[in-house]
Amino acid sequence: MAEIIIKNLRKEFGDFTAVESSSFTVADGEFFMLLGPSGCGKTTTLRMIAGLELPTSGEILIDGEEVAQKPASQRDIAFVFQMFALYPHMNVRKNVSYPLVSQGMKKGEVRKKVHEVSQILGIEEILDRPVSGLSGGDRQRVALARAIVREPKCFLMDEPLGALDAEFREHMASELRALHDRMKATTVYVTHDQREAMQMGDRIVVMNHGVIEQFGTPQDIYDYPATMFVADFIGSPPMNFLEFEDRLAAGSSIVNLQGQNVGICPLTEPAEGSLALGVRPEHVRLDDDSRYRGSVITAEYLGTTQIVTLSTPNGTIKARMSSSIPVREGETVGLSFREELITLFDRNSGKAIKSERQESKDHNG
Amino acid sequence: MADVQLQNFSKSFGKIEAVKDFTLTIANGEFLILLGPTGAGKTTTLRLIAGLETPNAGSIYIAGQNMTAETPAMRDVAMVFQQYSLYPHMTVYENMAFPLRSPQLKTPEDDIRRKVGETAEILQITHKLDNRTTELSGGEMQRVAIGRALVRSPSIYLMDEPLSSLDAKLRADLRIELKRIQAQLGATLLYVTHDQIEAMTMADKIGVLEAGRLVQVGTPREIYEDPISLYVGGRLGLPRINAVPASLFGGAPKGASMIGLRPEHIEQGAGKPAKVVWLEHLGDQTQLHLELEGHKIITLTDIHSRLQPNDTVHIQPRNPLYFDSSGNRIR
Repeated sequence: MAEIIIKNLRKEFGDFTAVESSSFTVADGEFFMLLGPSGCGKTTTLRMIAGLELPTSGEILIDGEEVAQKPASQRDIAFVFQMFALYPHMNVRKNVSYPLVSQGMKKGEVRKKVHEVSQILGIEEILDRPVSGLSGGDRQRVALARAIVREPKCFLMDEPLGALDAEFREHMASELRALHDRMKATTVYVTHDQREAMQMGDRIVVMNHGVIEQFGTPQDIYDYPATMFVADFIGSPPMNFLEFEDRLAAGSSIVNLQGQNVGICPLTEPAEGSLALGVRPEHVRLDDDSRYRGSVITAEYLGTTQIVTLSTPNGTIKARMSSSIPVREGETVGLSFREELITLFDRNSGKAIKSERQESKDHNG
Repeated sequence: MADVQLQNFSKSFGKIEAVKDFTLTIANGEFLILLGPTGAGKTTTLRLIAGLETPNAGSIYIAGQNMTAETPAMRDVAMVFQQYSLYPHMTVYENMAFPLRSPQLKTPEDDIRRKVGETAEILQITHKLDNRTTELSGGEMQRVAIGRALVRSPSIYLMDEPLSSLDAKLRADLRIELKRIQAQLGATLLYVTHDQIEAMTMADKIGVLEAGRLVQVGTPREIYEDPISLYVGGRLGLPRINAVPASLFGGAPKGASMIGLRPEHIEQGAGKPAKVVWLEHLGDQTQLHLELEGHKIITLTDIHSRLQPNDTVHIQPRNPLYFDSSGNRIR
C-alpha cells in the first residue's frame, strides 16, 4: 500500500482551468475524500491520479515514484466507477478472477486468492452464479472484489454509491468503511455528498471551481471552516450567517449584535466592513435572558431533534434543538450562541477571519 | 377543497397485490403523507385516487360523493409527479395557465391572469413568468410544476415524491415552502414519499405503508414515539431504532422478544459494558457504534467525544419500546 503526494497539480482543457495548482498528501492506509459540487474539479483530480487524464503541470508521487506522465497501466491502482461494469457473460468467480488471469497468475493461486477475497466480501455463496440475476448490493460486492483481488497500491473510487437509493447507500457506506478498516488500503474517494464524506472519510479535501478550499478531518472542517463556501457546503442544515457591518481590531473578543454582546474567540487579525457571524444550527439556543431576539417562523419535527427557523434582525437562521423544547410559531424568543464555536467571516472575500482558535487548528489548504 | 375517504380499497396487478384493504380518511385541509419503501404501494394508491387505475374492490368518496366509477377529469384532483414534465415550447405563464384553459373549465382570461399571478407570487417565481421553461433551474421547474397544480382549486392535491429529484439544499427550502403554501391555502394534500425527513417535517398526519397495507396513521410525533410495531419504529428516526433481544437487559414485560432502543432510550454510564467499535463524526452529531454481547447498537454521543475504539461504555435502557416475536408492540 502507498502514500500519494500531489504537488502543484494543474489541469487545463483549452481555455478552461479544471484544476488550479493543487497540493495535498494522502497518507498510507488513509480513506481520503475529494468533496465538492459538480464541476469543482474533483473527478478530474481523481482521473489524473489514475492516469486517465494527463496533468498540464505538476507532480503525482505514488509510493515515492513520480507517475504524473505515465499511463494508467503502469501505476498499479484499481479504479471503481459509479456504474459497476461486470462482464455479463461470465459468472461471479470468472469476473473476480479476471484481473489475475490476465496477469498470468497460476490457476491454483487464482483460486486461493479469489476464495480469500470472496470471504472478506461475503460472496462465497454466489461465486458460481451468473452476474445477471444478482441484486444491486451483490453486484457492487462483486465489483469491489474484482478491484481488491489484485492488491493494488491504492483504490480510486468515483461516486461508487451515487446510483443507489438512500437506505441502501447508507448500508453500503458502512460496509465499505468496514472493509477499508480490515484492509487498510489507501483509498481516494470522490463524492458530492457531504454526509457521505463526513461519514466515511479519515480526511476530506473540499474543492470549488477547481480550487482546494480546505482539507482536514471531518470534525475539524465542520468546526473550523476556512471559507463561507465550506461552512455552507458542509452540514445539513448548513451554517447560519448573521450578517452585520463593523470594524474590529485584532484582539477583539466581542461582537455587538443589536445591542447584545456576543463573545467570540480573540481575533488575530483586524476585520472591517461586511462581516458574518457563522453559527452552526446546533449551537443556537433559546435563552430568555438574552436581549438578542428572533421570531419563530416554523419548527420541523425530526424525532430526537427539531429544526426551528427563526427570523432575526441579521437574517433568517436555523436552530437544531431537542424536540422536547416547546416552540410555537410566531412567538418571539431570546437567542444565544455557543460562543466558543463561532466563526467570523469577511463577506467580501468569503474567508474566515483568523482567530486564536482558528490558528490552533490550522488546516487550511 | 374537500375531504377524501378510501374504503377497503384493493388493487392487484396479476398475482401481485399492490394495495390491500386500504381504509383512510383525509380531512378537509389536511396534509397527509404516505410513507413507505419502494414497492409498498404508495404510487398505486395515488393513481387509484386520481382515477388512473381502477380498484379491484373498495370505493372512494370525495366531498361525500362516491367517485369510484368516475373518470379522472370528473374527480377534480390535481397531481404533481416526481418528474416535472413542463411544456418546453411555452413560457412559465403559459404552462401555469394551461390547466385553466381546459375545455371543461372555460376560465375567462382575466381570471386566468389573476390566478396565475397569485400563484406565482406564492411560489416566488413572478419574475420568471415570461421565461421559457428551458431557461429555468431544477428548483424553479419543480415550482412551476407545483404551480400548475395550484392554479386550480381541486378537491385534493396529489403529489408523488415531487422533491426527490432536487438537490439537498433546495429540497430543504421547498419542504418549508410547500408546507407554508398548503397551510395558507387550507389545501387538502396527499403526498407520498420514502423520505422520513419530508414526512416528519411537513405532514399533519403520516400513514405508514407496509407491503400494500396501511399499518398506522398518526401525527409525526405519535408515529415516532408510539409505533405499533418494530417495522413502524424503523421508518422514522436517524440513527435507526436498534432492535436487540429482550433478554439482553432484564426487566422486559411478559411476551417481549425484542427491545427497540432509540438514542434517547439508551442511558450511558450505567448498566452493561459495551465495546466501542467506531465513532462516526457527522459534524452536527457523532454516532457511537457499540457492540454488546454480539449485538450492534448505534446511539449518539457528545459531538467532541474522546472515546476510542475498544473503549468500554456502560449502557442500560430507559423507557424503551418492547415488541413480541412477530414485531408487534407490547405496552
